[in-house]
Amino acid sequence: MGLIMAENIQKDYRMGDVTVAALKGLSFDIEPTSFVSFVGPSGSGKTTLLNLIGCLDRPTGGKLIVADTDTAALDRKRGAAFRGNNIGFIFQDFNLIPVLTVYENIEYPLLMVQSTPAEERKKRVTALLQAVGMIEQKDKYPDQISGGQKQRVAVARALVTNPKLVLADEPTANLDHKTAYMVIDLMKKMRDEFRTTFIFSTHDQKIVGEAEIIYSLEDGELKDRQVKGGKNDG
Amino acid sequence: MGNLFKIAVRNLLRYKRRTLLTASLITIGVVFVLVFMSVSGSFKNMMIGQITDSMLGHVQVHRKGYVASIDNLPLNLNLKAGAVDRLEKILDTQPEIAAYSPRIKFGGMFSNFAETTNIRLNGVIPEKEFATTPLLTSRIIDGAKEIKRGEILIPELLAKGMKVNVGDVVVIVATNKDGSVNGKQFKVGGVLESVTGPGGRDGYIHFDDAVEVLRMENPEVSEFAIRLKDFGKLGTFSENLERLLAKELNQQDKPIFELHTWEKLSPFYNIARMIDVMTFFIKLMLIAIVLISIMNVMIMAVYERIREIGTIAAIGTLPGKILSMFVIEGFCLGIMGAIIGDVVGIALVFIINMSRITFNFGQQKGLLLQAHVNGADILFISVTVIIVSVIASLQPAYKASRMEPIEALRHV
Repeated sequence: MGLIMAENIQKDYRMGDVTVAALKGLSFDIEPTSFVSFVGPSGSGKTTLLNLIGCLDRPTGGKLIVADTDTAALDRKRGAAFRGNNIGFIFQDFNLIPVLTVYENIEYPLLMVQSTPAEERKKRVTALLQAVGMIEQKDKYPDQISGGQKQRVAVARALVTNPKLVLADEPTANLDHKTAYMVIDLMKKMRDEFRTTFIFSTHDQKIVGEAEIIYSLEDGELKDRQVKGGKNDG
Repeated sequence: MGNLFKIAVRNLLRYKRRTLLTASLITIGVVFVLVFMSVSGSFKNMMIGQITDSMLGHVQVHRKGYVASIDNLPLNLNLKAGAVDRLEKILDTQPEIAAYSPRIKFGGMFSNFAETTNIRLNGVIPEKEFATTPLLTSRIIDGAKEIKRGEILIPELLAKGMKVNVGDVVVIVATNKDGSVNGKQFKVGGVLESVTGPGGRDGYIHFDDAVEVLRMENPEVSEFAIRLKDFGKLGTFSENLERLLAKELNQQDKPIFELHTWEKLSPFYNIARMIDVMTFFIKLMLIAIVLISIMNVMIMAVYERIREIGTIAAIGTLPGKILSMFVIEGFCLGIMGAIIGDVVGIALVFIINMSRITFNFGQQKGLLLQAHVNGADILFISVTVIIVSVIASLQPAYKASRMEPIEALRHV
C-alpha cells in the first residue's frame, strides 16, 4: 500500500474576487522509502503540493491519504499531532530555532512534540549528530555554523522522531552547489539508514537528477513522472 | 515545563535591551508602589497611633446620645453608677482588651487669679488612663509624669497664654449638672504638649477631684476609652462588643450604651482613608504599567518570531504548548521585574529610614519617619505583577498559538 495516495487533488486560492487554481487535479501514489522530487518552475505548485502532503494545508477538492490518514479530516490539533508523529520537515531557510544549540534543535521534536524519555532522546540525538557529521558542533548555536551545517542539522531534526515521511521544500536553494549535493547525498544516506521516504521540491535541474522518482509540475498540473533508470510514465 | 522556561528565558535574553527596558519599567513601578506603601502606611500608622495612644484610645463607649452632643460635654448624659458597673463587668470579660479608662469630661473655667479662661477637663484614674493611652506620659513636657490628687495637667498653649508654670496654684470652677457652681484649687502638676484632633488640648485631673468639683454623690462616667491588645482586631472586636452592649437596655427598653471606634471620633480617619485611596490608585498605575509594557513587548515578540512559530507549529508543536511558551515569557518578565523591584524597594526604604527624615503632624514637630516594608505588601505587589504579566501575555500568546503554520512560514 502507498504511503501517499493522491486522487484528483485540487487547491484553489481566492485573491479578492478571483479564484486561482494552484493545483488542478493531481493524482499519484508514493511508495514508502522512496526518494522523490517534485520539479518545476516557480509558481508551478510544488510548495502548495508539499504543504498539502505535510498537512499544513487542506486540498480544495480530491482526496489525499498520507500514512493511512485522510488529511482533510485533521483539525488544527490533530494535524499538529499527526505531523509530529509522521512527518519531518526540512525548510529552504533551515528554520532552526536560534535560541537553541545544534543539539537542542535536534532534540526539540522529541522533547516538545513527542515527550520522549531523556535517555532515549540522548541516544537518538547523538546517533543523528554522528550520522550528519555535526557531533563536534553540537553545542554551537545556529548563528555560529554555516548554511550547509544548518541544513544538516535540519535533516537530523526532521529524522529524529523516526517519521514515515520527510518533506523538504527547496532544501538546497540557499546553498552553493557543492554543499547542495552534500545535503542531497546526506538525505539519501539517511533514507537508506532510516528507511524513511524523502520528498523534496527543487527547480535546480542538476539536483533533480539525484532523485529516484521525479514528478514534473507545470501550472498546477502533473506533466511527467520519471523513474531513475529511464522509465518515463508521463 | 523546565524546557519551556529555558526557551522563554533564552528568548528574553535574545533581546537583552528590550527585556532590560521592560523589566526596568516594571521594577520602577514596583519600587514606587512599595516605597509609597511603606512610607504612607507608616505615616498612617503613626498618625493613628498618635491619635489613639495620646488621647482617644481605640474604642470609646458612652451613654446613648452622648457623642451627638460631645462638643458640649453634657453632664446629664453621663453613665450612672449602675450602668458603669454593668459596662465594667462586660469589659472585664473581653480578652481582647488590654486596658480601659473611665473618664469624667466636663468644661470649666480656669483661673490663675489674674485671668480666667475656659478649659475642657478629663477626670481620670491615672493608672488606667496611662495604660489606655500610653503616649499621654510622653506628652507631659514639664512636670512629673503622673496625675496626683489636687494637681492638674494643663495644655501647653494654656500654660503659655496664662503664664502658668508647674507648681503654680490655679482655680477650676465648674457647673454641675444641677446647675450649681463649685470651685477647687489645684496645683499645676505638669504641662501637656498638644495633640492634633479632638481632646488634644484638654487638661487632666484626678478622677476623684472631678467627682469633688462636680459634687457627684455617686461617681458618674462620661466615657470609657478602651485600648486593644491587637489593633488589627478592631473591626471584629467592636462588632462583638456592640452586639453585647445592644443587649443592655434601660427601663424604657432602649439601649444604654453606644460604641464608637476611633475612626468615628477623629476627623483624621478621612486622611487615613485618603491614604488608602491614593495607595489603591498607585496600585492601579502599577497594574497599567505592567499590563501595557508586557503586552507591548509580547506583541513585538510574537510579530518578530512569526516564522519561528510557523516552524515549531509545522514540526508538530501543539497550540497549547506554543501558548505556554509565550505566557511563560511574560511570566518570567513579571518575576524578574517583581524581584528586582522588591529588592530595590526594600533597599530604598532602608535608606529612607537611615536618613532619619522627620516631619510635623499638627502641633507635633519632628516626628521621625519610620517606613516599614510589610511582608504581606511585598507578596501582594509581587503576585499582582506576576498575575498581570501573565494576563498581558495571554492575548499575544493566544494569537501565536492560533497562527496557521503555512501562513506563518510564508511571513517575511
